[in-house]
Amino acid sequence: MKPPPFDYVRAQSIDHAVEELARADGEGVILAGGQTLMPLLALRMANPAVVIDINRIEGLAGVSKVAGATRIGATTRQNGVLADPLVGRHVPALAQAVRNVGHHQTRNRGTLGGSVSLGEPAAEMPAVSVALDAVMEVRSAEGSRRIDALDFYSGPYMNALLPDEMLVAVEYPDWPEDSITLVHEVARRPGDFALVGLICQLALAGGKVSRAGISWFGMGPTPMRAHAAEKALVGAASGEIDPRGIAELAIGDADPFDDAHATRAYRQTVGRRIFARLLGEALNSRIAA
Amino acid sequence: MSSHSIQVRVNGAAVSRDIEARMTLADYLRKEAGMTGVHIGCEHGVCGACTVIVDGKAVRSCLMLAVQADGSEVTTLEGLGGVDGSMHPVQQAMHEEYALQCGFCTPGITMTLASLAGTGGQASTEELKDALTGHLCRCTGYQGMLRVAERLGGEAAE
Repeated sequence: MKPPPFDYVRAQSIDHAVEELARADGEGVILAGGQTLMPLLALRMANPAVVIDINRIEGLAGVSKVAGATRIGATTRQNGVLADPLVGRHVPALAQAVRNVGHHQTRNRGTLGGSVSLGEPAAEMPAVSVALDAVMEVRSAEGSRRIDALDFYSGPYMNALLPDEMLVAVEYPDWPEDSITLVHEVARRPGDFALVGLICQLALAGGKVSRAGISWFGMGPTPMRAHAAEKALVGAASGEIDPRGIAELAIGDADPFDDAHATRAYRQTVGRRIFARLLGEALNSRIAA
Repeated sequence: MSSHSIQVRVNGAAVSRDIEARMTLADYLRKEAGMTGVHIGCEHGVCGACTVIVDGKAVRSCLMLAVQADGSEVTTLEGLGGVDGSMHPVQQAMHEEYALQCGFCTPGITMTLASLAGTGGQASTEELKDALTGHLCRCTGYQGMLRVAERLGGEAAE
């Protein structure tokens, strides 16, 4: 259980990190919080020539408001995201979801950017990013580009990053502050991978749903965006929404799997029920208020 | 394979060594600094036995490279008690609540609690219980640990 030999570079800047990544020619790996990479090294499932540590790059961690969005730097620790007042106010789905990421000790090291770029299908932060139409800012020695979260994930642990690119920040667009935020996951124990996870954000205006962002995690090869349910919700009067019908539509966009922990049918049943219940409760309390 | 000259302050004393890049902080603390209170259980981040405090925060020392701790302040179990042999408030509470059985997982649990309670902070009972989910005890001796969380959290609330 010892990592294989590799070279280590402590990147001094983003430019330095992407230069090293280009030089490594596909044999380099970015070390952010290390809470997944270190186990992969210990188990020798990863065997990089160069490990490029981005932890000490100044300015790469932190949360800030930019025009129309909240920007979170790649090396912002998960416990930093959890405690950040800007995230709590402007991206409450992320603040709630990150509580279920790993454990206190791993959140002290684990980063937003690491989890988002890993793309574990049962992970919370990729699903929040997909539901809220986040934008990934990535850099290489060639320059920078922006990728919509919806286009970022292509399969389990597979994403749109090229071998010489690293994630620099994620931007979460603003939603109205009185939006409905639903975050729920079912796991066997706290900190375990989700068997079923749901992120749902709804904006209401004049008694109608004006905007909807819904995704599942642990329910397919990537975070699964529930487009059909969103389409049915937008424009609907909040008093006339059928939560069970919406949940049924949402499950149609998931593609869960059988494994040792749960069957596809179990995941579908639980997903349908938690979404219908949470949506019904949220709409009722909004109508009563 | 690169090698690196690092200095880590371990329990207040500087420990300088030339190490391979791949050495984990857990191995550095045990083999180079002699702190065998750092227990290595699973060695891939699942069990929590190797938890230490790095720059004030509880982390799994098997999930950090030693070279990453260059210039950092690390506290292990050996650094918790007083020089006169007195116990840290967390150790005292664990002793009085029978919060250990075989003792293998105990150092990690003690370090997590010490990072959040006593001199380490004013965490609530709920926060302490949540942090304990990051540890496995194969003796299943969790009830004593939960009593410690209630006691330390209760003291913080007073």
